[in-house]
Amino acid sequence: MLITPAIVALHGIALSVAGTVLLASGFAGRILRRWDINSGSELQLRLERRTYLISTLLGFSLGAELLSLLLFVQTAESLSSQFIGAMCATGVLNINHFGFPTLLLKIAVFFLAAVWLLLNWVDNQGRDYPLVRLKYGLLLLIAPLTVMELAMQTAYFLGLTPEVITSCCGSLFSAENQSVAAELAGLPPKPAMLGFYIMAGLIIAVGLAFLRRLWWGPLFAIGCLLGFGVAIVAIIGFLSLYVYENPHHHCPFCLLKAGYDSVGYALYLPLFAATAFGLSAGIIAPFHRIASLHKVVPGAVRRLSWLALLGFGWFYALSTWLILRSHLVLLG
Amino acid sequence: MSTFLERQKYLIDYTLSALRRRKARNLGLLLVYTLLVFLFSSVLLLSQGLRREAAALLQDAPDVIVQRLIAGRHDLLPAAWLEPLRRIRGVGAVHGRLWGYYYDPVVKANYTVMVAPERGLATHDILIGATLARIRQLGIGDYFSLPAATGQALPLKVVGILDSASELLSADLLLLSEAGYRSLFNPPPNTFTDAVLTVRNPREARTVAEKIALALPGSRPILRAEMLRTYDAVFNWREGMVFVTLSAVLLAFVILAWDQAAGLSAEEQREIGILKAIGWETGDILRMKLWEGALLSLTAFLTGYVLAYWQVFYGGARLFAPVLKGWAVLYPDFRLTPAVDVQQVLALLAVTVLPYIVATLIPIWRAATTDPDAVMRG
Repeated sequence: MLITPAIVALHGIALSVAGTVLLASGFAGRILRRWDINSGSELQLRLERRTYLISTLLGFSLGAELLSLLLFVQTAESLSSQFIGAMCATGVLNINHFGFPTLLLKIAVFFLAAVWLLLNWVDNQGRDYPLVRLKYGLLLLIAPLTVMELAMQTAYFLGLTPEVITSCCGSLFSAENQSVAAELAGLPPKPAMLGFYIMAGLIIAVGLAFLRRLWWGPLFAIGCLLGFGVAIVAIIGFLSLYVYENPHHHCPFCLLKAGYDSVGYALYLPLFAATAFGLSAGIIAPFHRIASLHKVVPGAVRRLSWLALLGFGWFYALSTWLILRSHLVLLG
Repeated sequence: MSTFLERQKYLIDYTLSALRRRKARNLGLLLVYTLLVFLFSSVLLLSQGLRREAAALLQDAPDVIVQRLIAGRHDLLPAAWLEPLRRIRGVGAVHGRLWGYYYDPVVKANYTVMVAPERGLATHDILIGATLARIRQLGIGDYFSLPAATGQALPLKVVGILDSASELLSADLLLLSEAGYRSLFNPPPNTFTDAVLTVRNPREARTVAEKIALALPGSRPILRAEMLRTYDAVFNWREGMVFVTLSAVLLAFVILAWDQAAGLSAEEQREIGILKAIGWETGDILRMKLWEGALLSLTAFLTGYVLAYWQVFYGGARLFAPVLKGWAVLYPDFRLTPAVDVQQVLALLAVTVLPYIVATLIPIWRAATTDPDAVMRG
């Protein structure tokens, strides 16, 4: 196993996130069993106070998860010099079976925590906390994921054994069987680009329709998730090629390097935020039927949808600009 | 959105004045917090700087070094090996190197002695590194004699001192002619210490190394990439170990932060009670307390980081240098190139700010959910 400060820090984050979410879900279990909004008992009062603690803990977990996501990719990137055949983070994540699942779990926990916090925000505005059971049910789903993330990440880092010159026996060429960074296969650029822009059009159209009629909500949520997936595929399939101006370099992580103006941050952060907002807006929208949320939901949903549309808009505009700016000719 | 921002502005405003009211207590915490960030960032900045320096130096290292091994130990390489190496496809220039270490009992240090054919030195001429010149108090034109392997003293004339810009490489270096080297160490004729080769296409270095291992079974080819990897691993490990050691300090800090946040003074409790009585909600108090933590963290983080930056890059990095740099009598005197790295800042945030937040979350919540009447009555 490697011990680097970043790995120590990542373990620290994963432990504290799993710890806080488990603590929160312990309280959540009690709330699910004993919650009775009509009761004025001391227990109910205590439970209501606990809800503040849970939302604070979840807010912390969301921030920590974002930090850990960034740090994880950066660490994989910086470790690439340690492994024969790994040119960047893709190679390092491919070293054992736990690299990419850990990354995906981090992304999943990030989105779920964001949805939870936004649900909580809407719920707190309803006088009778109508979403309490849904919220704490969701929390019980997040908790095992954070534990799984901790386990996967530990397994991943434990499985990293770097190839270095050993001082006496010099086993130099044991690395041939090392899994070489399998660059993700590129799609044919034309259909990929077509799909990317059709998806862009769809998201914006559904988003605008959603702003008028709330029943488009679930479709918008699905659209945002799909849009996120398509965006990632597009980044790997052709967008990265345009940025690197190299028809064979598909890495989605090298975009974060200073050598490419760290353009990855300007792409990924709005994309992640937009997906989180859009997903939450779509999930929240159906609750406008609940009496106490009748007035709250439309305003909240409109705000979130605008934020999502702005994020996606920024992402698509920046992508188009990157394609136009590039000297690479992919569609000849 | 603007009401949200206004609200946060007022909260920050209130928090700042509340912090000012309890100056001594908060300054104490701030001091410890800053010191913690300073310690961790010093380690990170220093090792990052050293790693970068090593990588920059190794950029000029040969593509492949070939050594000869006998019974697993490094041995002298016969000159007859150079020809088969030259014949390997893809190999550019090949030449044998003569170098070694010389223990000088006068300064109780090892010199690196190396033959530099490109300098055109006469048999008794030498060039020496700046640190060595300083320690032996030598200048150009001075004579310097070393006992040779045959037992006789070998007089050497200093004809130049190596540029101090390359001090990291040349601190303990002594360059001389092949004839001088052979009379100093008396090695068997037609042998070299090792051989270096250039590879025309650097991406083929690995294949070339495989061919060498196949053609000369007793050889040990070392790639530049492997040297870089080893340096990286060494610094990563040292850095990681210092971090693990410092975790005890971190734990102490977490306990302090928890204690500070949990032990509200009577005055603070009354303050929260009054705020709630005049209409503040639990959420507002929570937000105010979180702002308090955020402001403290930001101040401590920035101050600690800037201090560490100054200490490492301009103050000589006295603090962790012996652990991270390694140690030697003839240690080069060099200055690191300042640089800030995103990963480093993220890791620092994760090991300093995050534990502080974790430690204060529950106490903050406890404070925010206190009943106003309970506090006022108590």
